[in-house]
Amino acid sequence: MNDTSALVIFVAAVFTNNILLTYFLGMCSFLACSREFPTAVGLGVAVTFVMTATTVINYLVYHYVLVPYDLGHLQFVVFIAVIAAFVQLVEMFLERFSPRLYYALGIFLPLITVNCAILGVALFMVNFEYTFFQAVGFGAGAGVGWTLAIVLMAGLRHKMRYANIPAPFQGVAVTMIVTGVMALAFMGFAGMVSIQ
Amino acid sequence: MIYLVSIGMFVGLLAALALFLIAAERFLLNYGICKVSVNAGERVLEVEGGQSLLEALNSQEIYVPSACGGQGTCGYCKVTVLAGGGPVLPTELPYLARKDIRAGLRLACQVKVRQDLDLRIPEEILNVRLYSATVESTHDLTYDTKEIHLRLLEPPQIAQRPGQYVQIQAPSPAGPVWRAYSISSPVHEPNVVELVVRLVPGGIASTYLHNLKAGDPVTFTGPFGEFRLSEEPETEIVCVAGGCGLAPVKNIVETILVRWPDRPTWLFFGCRTTRDVFYYEKFRRLAAEHPNLRVVYALSDELEPGEKWDGETGFIHLSVDRFLEPGRKRQAFLCGPPVMVEAVQRVLEDKGLAPKDIFFDDFGTGAPQGAAHAASTA
Repeated sequence: MNDTSALVIFVAAVFTNNILLTYFLGMCSFLACSREFPTAVGLGVAVTFVMTATTVINYLVYHYVLVPYDLGHLQFVVFIAVIAAFVQLVEMFLERFSPRLYYALGIFLPLITVNCAILGVALFMVNFEYTFFQAVGFGAGAGVGWTLAIVLMAGLRHKMRYANIPAPFQGVAVTMIVTGVMALAFMGFAGMVSIQ
Repeated sequence: MIYLVSIGMFVGLLAALALFLIAAERFLLNYGICKVSVNAGERVLEVEGGQSLLEALNSQEIYVPSACGGQGTCGYCKVTVLAGGGPVLPTELPYLARKDIRAGLRLACQVKVRQDLDLRIPEEILNVRLYSATVESTHDLTYDTKEIHLRLLEPPQIAQRPGQYVQIQAPSPAGPVWRAYSISSPVHEPNVVELVVRLVPGGIASTYLHNLKAGDPVTFTGPFGEFRLSEEPETEIVCVAGGCGLAPVKNIVETILVRWPDRPTWLFFGCRTTRDVFYYEKFRRLAAEHPNLRVVYALSDELEPGEKWDGETGFIHLSVDRFLEPGRKRQAFLCGPPVMVEAVQRVLEDKGLAPKDIFFDDFGTGAPQGAAHAASTA
């Protein structure tokens, strides 16, 4: 148990411990959905929302259902089930209230279910032994960090459309390289704040 | 003990989540009853929200044509949605031209009924009914083509125009599929629907139809198709058929002979060998009785040694070119494989026919009519 404030954890999760750029989690939809700016923003918002909400639910489930019965080993399956159910709910919401975003996200909306960043956040939250508010800060921060990364990448890819990229590097290859450069740049934040 | 608790807890959590989702679905995806207004209030349907527009219309006995059964792969189920349809979806884009989108055209199978809708559906489609029929007889026309007579049970009559088609329901392991076949029986026989079906190896519908025996029940919807025979008796009718494209042409010719016995009419039929020829005697007899009906059959392959053939040879568009003198007022109906349709179309345009007077059906590979689908998709 540490006593870092939730706000610090939030900032750390966005910059120094960016879930995507330091842990390299959630790469699949990051690479696939960063082609168009609006789609990237939409997916980022959806991931942030799902991440924050599932962190809260998973925290409650873990500490008030699994721990009292000494069932910590069930965390993987239970977290995945909770995330899957929650994504279903978000899907219904979007379909009802924003069909355009629903169809723009297409297959990637249900794929948030298996976005490892979301499961990763839930598992880190347990590993780091966060309190409730710290967990919320971490979840929201990781979501915002992921969104920041994908939105930056969408902007960069937009610029790269007019760049003269050698044929073997076009597409995913150059995206991976640029992601690596972005990760290096984010390392400049290291030491600003720290969690764990 | 730990195992039991683990399993019990896990199952309990899953059940709770499932219950929660079911409740959420009830609450979120319940669109209630939606009003669908068809053709400016001509008909107002009340349908359950949440289903696809195609399902909703089918449940209200409006049979919008659909060959793929609502999977968004055939592009037949186009209807005009003026209000309440939401944005055009990426799944529809391959089937809609830009001007279609401007006009509000949508694929009914992709539009979900979420609110009140305002639709325009062609009068034609509103007249489409679901028919149950029984097989009266079948007989072989060639080694791979069968003529199938269906006697209508409910409703007992069909009001068709020559050149139209019906969609036969054929069972398949993945649920029933619908396939289009032209009606080959003439308009003045409203109690029967006759089909000419060519067996396509591996084809779901053609295999099903070829295996039917007298007395078997058949379900179909129809009639579909936009061809309208010119009502002016002096307009010459030119029918060009390839393979089982002869089905709608038989209907057109027989209908013309009853309504306008002296109307100038051309029937061109192209196929490969003498094995593929059918209805030749029948049409020659009709031509002998009606001097204004001219029948031309042409074989594109070389004759086998010892074979006799008194018709034409060469591709059918060459015969069309040879027989028709240019400059007459004509209407043409072409039905056959795309290559044939394209070649004949060029010849007819050279003869002075306007594109609007050339109606074609290239077995569903581009024309919206899609009759006699047997050759390409069945």
